[in-house]
Amino acid sequence: MNNKLIDLQHISKSYDGSIILDDLSLYIRENEFLTLLGPSGCGKTTTLRILGGFESPDQGRVIFGGEDITKLPPNKRQLNTVFQKYALFTHMTIAENIAFGLKIKNKSKAYIDDKIKYALKLVNLDGYGNRMPDSLSGGQQQRIAIARAIVNEPKVLLLDEPLGALDLKLRQDMQYELIRLKNELGITFIYVTHDQEEALTMSDTIVVMNQGYIQQIGTPERIYNEPENAFVADFIGDSNIIDSIMLHDELVEILGAKFACVDKGFGNNKPVDVVIRPEDVELREPGKGSMEGVVTHLIFKGVHYEMEVMANGFEWLVHSTAMFPVGTKVSIHVDPYNIQIMNKPVSEDEEAVAINE
Amino acid sequence: MTQKKQASERFTGFLKKFYVFLIFVFLYAPIVTLMVLSFNASKTRSKWGGFTLKWYFELFENEAILKAFSNTMIIAFLSALIATILGTAACIGIRNMKKRHQGIIMGVTNIPMLNAEIVTGISLMLLFISLGIKTGFLTVLLSHITFNIPYVILNVMPKLKQVNNSTYEAALDLGASPVYAFFKVVFPDILPGVFSGFLMAFTMSLDDFIITHFTKGAGLDTLSTKIYTEVKKGIKPEMYALSTLIFITVLILLILVNKMPDPKAKEKA
Amino acid sequence: MNKKWLATPYLFWAVAFIVIPLLMVVYYGMTDKTGAFTWENVIAITSPEHVKALMLSLLLSLISTIICLLLAYPLAMILVAKHASKTSFIVMLFILPMWMNFLLRTLAWQTLLEKNGVLNGILSFLHLPALNLINTPGAIILGMVYNFLPFMVLPIYNVLAKIDINVINAARDLGANGIQTFLKITLPLSFPGIASGITMVFVPALTTFVISTLLGGSKILLIGNVIEQEFTTASNWHLGSGLSLVLMIFVLLSMVISSFFDKDGEGAAL
Repeated sequence: MNNKLIDLQHISKSYDGSIILDDLSLYIRENEFLTLLGPSGCGKTTTLRILGGFESPDQGRVIFGGEDITKLPPNKRQLNTVFQKYALFTHMTIAENIAFGLKIKNKSKAYIDDKIKYALKLVNLDGYGNRMPDSLSGGQQQRIAIARAIVNEPKVLLLDEPLGALDLKLRQDMQYELIRLKNELGITFIYVTHDQEEALTMSDTIVVMNQGYIQQIGTPERIYNEPENAFVADFIGDSNIIDSIMLHDELVEILGAKFACVDKGFGNNKPVDVVIRPEDVELREPGKGSMEGVVTHLIFKGVHYEMEVMANGFEWLVHSTAMFPVGTKVSIHVDPYNIQIMNKPVSEDEEAVAINE
Repeated sequence: MTQKKQASERFTGFLKKFYVFLIFVFLYAPIVTLMVLSFNASKTRSKWGGFTLKWYFELFENEAILKAFSNTMIIAFLSALIATILGTAACIGIRNMKKRHQGIIMGVTNIPMLNAEIVTGISLMLLFISLGIKTGFLTVLLSHITFNIPYVILNVMPKLKQVNNSTYEAALDLGASPVYAFFKVVFPDILPGVFSGFLMAFTMSLDDFIITHFTKGAGLDTLSTKIYTEVKKGIKPEMYALSTLIFITVLILLILVNKMPDPKAKEKA
Repeated sequence: MNKKWLATPYLFWAVAFIVIPLLMVVYYGMTDKTGAFTWENVIAITSPEHVKALMLSLLLSLISTIICLLLAYPLAMILVAKHASKTSFIVMLFILPMWMNFLLRTLAWQTLLEKNGVLNGILSFLHLPALNLINTPGAIILGMVYNFLPFMVLPIYNVLAKIDINVINAARDLGANGIQTFLKITLPLSFPGIASGITMVFVPALTTFVISTLLGGSKILLIGNVIEQEFTTASNWHLGSGLSLVLMIFVLLSMVISSFFDKDGEGAAL
């Protein structure tokens, strides 16, 4: 991963008075698999459409390989898009679909035929060239949509929730397929999804968005383990988010009990949010942890048990391979490095973001 | 360059609006003309003789026009009603048939809609006369029902196809009788289609001239046939007054229906 | 569960009032006054006056169909681009005029077109020469376009509204400019609507006798007028039926061509 390929600078966009994107800045490196992740209405699809040229921003610039392409129409951009629900041309065969972009560019027939063969092989649909799109399953149509885009050798492939219409099993298969394709083609993927698991599985970089703002940018590990605010923590996986007080460096008071942590620099006696993942809550025998509580719910989830523990007036969500029946008295322990401290939201805007999640 | 582009976009936007405007002028110019004529004191179409409401008062004394109007409305209402009942029942029946039979029946159903009206008209006329049925109110009614049914089926069938069969089965499962289940579960879903089918049938019947012309016989007149016979003598201005009244009534009704709060929107709030 | 019987009343109705009447037209068309079989009524189409009427009908209805298509397509495109949610409102605007009697609406064009009519009034106000519009083939074409334009707009509007905007975006994304996108994507995808619109305009235009009576004066005879006169004034039902059979061949032909382009009934109009 090296130089910046795309640079979005101070992009703003609103529809009918409601702001979709507010001063968004973001760069994308060559060869990166970058995912825009967020709930519906967070602005992720609009960002992608601005990149593809289907929307123009009210303010800001789109820089591609050093050139300003903000005003360039979609047909002049070196990007190709894989659309939600595929958007195949139903009146053309699969081969004609794939050849569409190449014919526009007046490539030779031999070149086009080669490319069709290559693309169909790449997406594991050899010999489907003469079929019509309607006769294919959803997963197959999705592969054709990808094939149709990549034969044009774009530098960047934009994917707008491409797996949204597929069932769970197929979606998981396609995730691996996409990673393989990305590695074979060696190009940049910009992927839009609201599915956090999809984002964590495939991405090099995740951009978590909400209400037109970028909440956090980072690797999947960083986003999951060190969420920067309550929205990110809550959106990515389950978590316990608790109002707490940072007593001083490396010591936090959670619900009246003192916990050792590793964070520094938050100041003394400062209100903060604490995020603790359910799998990081350790249940011990009474008296052997930092806080006493009682198990109130128990569900078997296959890989682990999911329990709720009432302690100091808070319902703790706990994932554990050990089982504690309802009514069991337990003591809660959390290792210092599993406690993630976050600043309280400052502005009202961020507060709203946290509440609406 | 940006400014130039914006200006040209604004210009094409204006052109589009102007084009739509022109088309609607084209569609509505005759209607406005007729409305203006209904207030024209001069009896001839081509001269403006000053504003008058005379024709509106005379309209209510013109027995012949009023009779034609009531015939038109009665035939439109009855034929639309009967066509709606027959057509809706037919849709449910057809839906439960084999694909191939469905195809044949739908093919026959489409004939009155796609065939030339003049052929439908003369074919019905030949039928009635050969059977010795005296042409008049009954034959016109039968003919209107015939060409109305396809419009009902056209509106109801798509709705019926959208109905999720498992809701009907769920109702049966919960102990409802088939008839009860149909009226409580299926019927509300297809009701919009039934309603628009009725309205379309009513409109088609109201506006029909050609088929009525061939099947009406001597004694009966609807508004259309009355106008046709008046063409050569000159249309009575009362006729303009009547159609203006009809049009305005429908327009007001439509505006009211559109202005009424959507019951679904209420639930959301 | 079996609810097929619900269709029974309609099936009887369809046989009695659709199938049998059409067979009667065939019977009358193929017999003479004594009831003997003959081709004469059908062959009568080749007499010079009938050929002339048929050719004129074909010509005028063809021209009106083309004008309708040229007017309706851009209109449908503009309306689709406006707001998808307003479909019923747009349909309403086209159906609303039907509540003013069709004969009166057509007659109103006389007032607009005649020598001292509104249009010439506007022209003379602009110091332009007056046009002789009424009682010409041109007036008949105008009447056809006026009456049948909605039947062209609605099916085209329906198919265009169904095209996924992302399919258009995909074409742009793959490098096609606006014109290429229209020619390769939008236009082919709207063929079913065009086909259904063409039949829905062509058939009534070809067979009309009312529009020619109202706007063409008594001099211009279309094939519809000839048939109508055989049934009303001339009372030769056999000849009228025979000519109707010829007319039906053209109707059938245009329906077959249309269903070839519109296999799934996508362009079903109203």
